[in-house]
Amino acid sequence: MEDWITIWEARSIFIDGFATTLGIFLYSSFIAFFIGLLLLYFLENSNKNWQYLIMLFVNGMRTIPFLVFAYLLYYGLPELGIRLDGYTAGLVGLALYHGAYFCEILLSRRRVMPNGLIEAALAHGFKKKTLFVRMILPNTVMNSLPLIGNQLINCLKDSAFLSILTVEEITFAANNIQSVHYIPIKAFACAIVLYWAITLAIEFVMNKLIKIGNQKGFNHA
Amino acid sequence: MPDTTVIRIKNLSKQFNGVEVLRDINLDIKKGEVVSILGSSGSGKSTLLRCMNYLEQPERGKIFVDNMRMGVNESTNKPMTHNQLAKMREKICMVFQNFNLWPHLTVLQNVMEALLHVKKMPKKQAKEIAAEQLEKVGMEDFLEQYPITLSGGQKQRVAIARSLAMSPDVLLFDEPTSALDPERVEEVLMVMKKLSQEGYTMVVVTHEMEFARMVSDQVVFLEKGKLIEKSAPEKFFTNPDAIRVRQFLKLDPQ
Repeated sequence: MEDWITIWEARSIFIDGFATTLGIFLYSSFIAFFIGLLLLYFLENSNKNWQYLIMLFVNGMRTIPFLVFAYLLYYGLPELGIRLDGYTAGLVGLALYHGAYFCEILLSRRRVMPNGLIEAALAHGFKKKTLFVRMILPNTVMNSLPLIGNQLINCLKDSAFLSILTVEEITFAANNIQSVHYIPIKAFACAIVLYWAITLAIEFVMNKLIKIGNQKGFNHA
Repeated sequence: MPDTTVIRIKNLSKQFNGVEVLRDINLDIKKGEVVSILGSSGSGKSTLLRCMNYLEQPERGKIFVDNMRMGVNESTNKPMTHNQLAKMREKICMVFQNFNLWPHLTVLQNVMEALLHVKKMPKKQAKEIAAEQLEKVGMEDFLEQYPITLSGGQKQRVAIARSLAMSPDVLLFDEPTSALDPERVEEVLMVMKKLSQEGYTMVVVTHEMEFARMVSDQVVFLEKGKLIEKSAPEKFFTNPDAIRVRQFLKLDPQ
């Protein structure tokens, strides 16, 4: 019981950590999703060289562990004269890393999208940008919602690595409390509950979107 | 006499991986004409149709739509940009064998979509036009439904309304009834007959002989990528010149 009182007394550390995690997750996943869309657009509408470069980036990101990429940004970039604080490095890292994954997810839906749908738009005078925004975008995004939700959860969990870059998020808070008060199980249990809460919120939102999608006649993966 | 040619095809040839699928095709289609394109599978008739709106790009030959060269800038002799091509395609809309309705839009939205985002029409006007065209094809009771809830014949009628709404100069039909069961075929053909009576210029790739005979002004026959017969329906179906067409129609006793 005493341990829980200790944790309760240190609650402000957890609250700050929770806010930091939530903030970095929302920012980075929003930017990451946007990066994914942008990459998909350029894969669709640029020449072979650009397409090759984009796929190189996407596949490159998929081959390295996130922590190594975060280290590269935080410890590696200063060697080139670019110094990022832990928060910025973490944000940039998560956005680029998961942006590549979002691109891959959307691309996998794009590949199986019926070509007739595109042809019908072309045959009625759609320009490239309109075709992307009105046809490709809604059909790839709405059909990959379960995968997008999964990737968001991965993004949230990867944010725990940022504690190593001195970002004071949930894991950092838990680690801090357990090392000061020697109560690792309870401290990390709190961290788990907080991550779980955010995950539930993500699932709630995604399920709502999936429901809307179903009503609108989208088929799901 | 004024030139009323809407589509002019000159010496058109097209290859797929070195196989010639269209060879030196010449065809003029006048305003208000209904032209049926017949031929066995693989004869190149769909490809010919798809060259007309440049969904397929021919290697040789020229296509003119309203006296404008399709796909190539006449002055510079360079390929058109995507946007220029899009502008030309507004005038020749296509109805597909597999309907290709946009699954994420309702029936009404499907018909409004190109009006709003290609023609940049105000929403109110687009809605009026869409409702009017859907009524013409008898789909006015399905406005808020999604394509997935419709039968094949209904989908195809919506697809026709979608093309009509653009008020194109030519309507292209790529085997519009081939994916339908016999009962649904009739409802789509009825709509197409009505359109022909209203003076729409139509190019129809089809296997419906009876329809071609009743509705067409010209019937053309493709065989291995060559246009081997082009005549009025009475002549085409009773006394065509090409032996292959006589075989196809089983006119001569075996």
